[in-house]
Amino acid sequence: MNKVRAKINEKQQRVLNVYFTAGHPTLDGIPNIAEGLQEAGVDLIELGMPYSDPLADGLTIQKSSEVALKNGMNLKHLFDQVKQATSSIEIPIILMGYYNQLIQFGMDRFLDMATTAGVSGLIIPDLPMFEYEAKFQKTFEDRNLGMSFLISPMTSDERIMQAGKLSSGFLYMVSQSSITGKTQDISQEQLAYFDKVNNMGVEAPRLIGFGIHNNETFETACKYSNGAIVGSSFIRALEKDASKAGIKTFVSSILNG
Amino acid sequence: MSEVKTRVESDLISLKHPDERGYYGEFGGAYIPEMLFANVEQLRLIYQEVIDDPAFQAEYKSLLRDFVGRPSPLYLAKRLSEIYGTNVWLKREDLNHTGAHKINNTVGQILIAKRLGKKRIIAETGAGQHGVATATVCALMGLECFVYMGAVDIERQAPNVARMNMLGATVIPAESGSKTLKDATNEAIRDWINNAETTHYIIGSAIGPHPYPDMVTQLQAIVSEEISYQLTEQTGKEHPDYVVACVGGGSNAAGAFYHFLDDKRVKLILAEAAGKGIDSGHSAATSILGSKGIIHGCMTLLMQDPDGQIIEPYSLSAGLDYPGIGPLHANLITSGRAKVYAATDDEAMQAVFELSKVEGIIPALETAHALAILSRIGATKDEHVVVCLSGRGDKDLNTYMNYENIKDQVH
Repeated sequence: MNKVRAKINEKQQRVLNVYFTAGHPTLDGIPNIAEGLQEAGVDLIELGMPYSDPLADGLTIQKSSEVALKNGMNLKHLFDQVKQATSSIEIPIILMGYYNQLIQFGMDRFLDMATTAGVSGLIIPDLPMFEYEAKFQKTFEDRNLGMSFLISPMTSDERIMQAGKLSSGFLYMVSQSSITGKTQDISQEQLAYFDKVNNMGVEAPRLIGFGIHNNETFETACKYSNGAIVGSSFIRALEKDASKAGIKTFVSSILNG
Repeated sequence: MSEVKTRVESDLISLKHPDERGYYGEFGGAYIPEMLFANVEQLRLIYQEVIDDPAFQAEYKSLLRDFVGRPSPLYLAKRLSEIYGTNVWLKREDLNHTGAHKINNTVGQILIAKRLGKKRIIAETGAGQHGVATATVCALMGLECFVYMGAVDIERQAPNVARMNMLGATVIPAESGSKTLKDATNEAIRDWINNAETTHYIIGSAIGPHPYPDMVTQLQAIVSEEISYQLTEQTGKEHPDYVVACVGGGSNAAGAFYHFLDDKRVKLILAEAAGKGIDSGHSAATSILGSKGIIHGCMTLLMQDPDGQIIEPYSLSAGLDYPGIGPLHANLITSGRAKVYAATDDEAMQAVFELSKVEGIIPALETAHALAILSRIGATKDEHVVVCLSGRGDKDLNTYMNYENIKDQVH
């Protein structure tokens, strides 16, 4: 079993997955931020591969990607940094990026370097499920890479079940029909969607992301799933303070309020 | 889907339409985040049925005739023909209402949006022609309209921004990336993710996730449908020898080529923007500088670095300043069905002044790229070359007036 699924299975509840963009705020910050997150009690790390055209991302992650690319981040450097990080932490690192990055880098080369660097899972929001199934599912599973597909409130029940079946990591529940980085309260409509999916008997464990930005939204998400993903609000926190103490304060504000 | 049936029956592979999943050969498809899937799927399931519905066709054709002013003339440019030693025909899309071919597509898509019950329309625009065409049909139908436009383009296409405002649209500047068409498209897609249920996104070019490239192509196909019978009426000839069109994303080329795609007697020529020169580092010549990858939801040819980061293109013309090309075109190019030539800013400008002086027609800067390559295609005296005169030059007057001054600057 891949490390992502194993970690969620072991913890079952209140799994906290924290996202940050590789190369932001500084080029070489990955190992330190990763250690800081582990020490603060985070369960999974989602590392964004900065992209020029991140379609699903709001302003905060777009800007962090621009900064990272300007800092000189590229995939080779990213893998070097991840390798350093995984030598000192045990929590799984998941890479999140857009399909074009993998195609252009070369899928086999990408997977080789990811495996060598100790990457445990992948999220590729614009990779169609049928293409994954036809071309990559076997390779990913052979390499113990946990794959996570997204669903949204507009996803049909049939697709939810299919995404759950194909997600060897976790099912990524996008909390609302929107891009990342919204900071509203969770609405009744969203709760109804969480509740519906919670009762569907989906194969994979579920984490809720998009708009999870404080303790209140984290607690709500945890009531309806195995845990939650925090991204944009952590990027904003890193911009103010990227030290381990700063990271600890942020994570504690999510976990404990 | 009668086209698909014909294809199977005759065992011929038509270049006109993609397969069920939206692929033209190895290009096309739908590479989109899940948040867009429901919308794109809704469109995929109904677009062909709607387009084939006689009631839709009647409304579409009547608007094209009475509102847009179709058919647009096919005009033999005699003095230009003398210069190039062949028969040059201009398909006068510049005479359409709003000044370009873009309105053919927006009229069709607004009717589709109405059938979907959408109340809010968004669009991206480069030169502003598609934005104006979208704002126009929204005014016509009384729908709310938001147009995303790169901040750089807003500056260089001020008259079109003013037009959109007068037509009641809200123009939203795209401040990310290179602040041009690519970024306006990203912003429009993000808006669509945020407003998926209420909004229809009218993409202006033959790009985007399936079914957009096919839908836009079919809504622009009126151009080649008219060329086909107009040329026969005027010359008795069954088909042109060449059809030439400029290409950014590729909607005017798709429309001008459509009825000739499977007729190998017709040579298809694309003119792309070389900017300051193909090797200058300031170019938008996608077919030469590009490689296979994903942009705006489809697999196609695009300009990118070895890490798959999309490269910001350059062309003096805002409408060709795009790092990708439609998947239909990518397939035509890689299969050898279409030939591509690149024209620089300077060559395009010379073509603008030439057409203005010898034919009394001031073309759009985008269109001028198609005129600029006429000497290179090898057409002979008895052959007939149709150039899609995709737009008029009013919007570019500032550029034309200041060209000598701005020539040495790069955005």
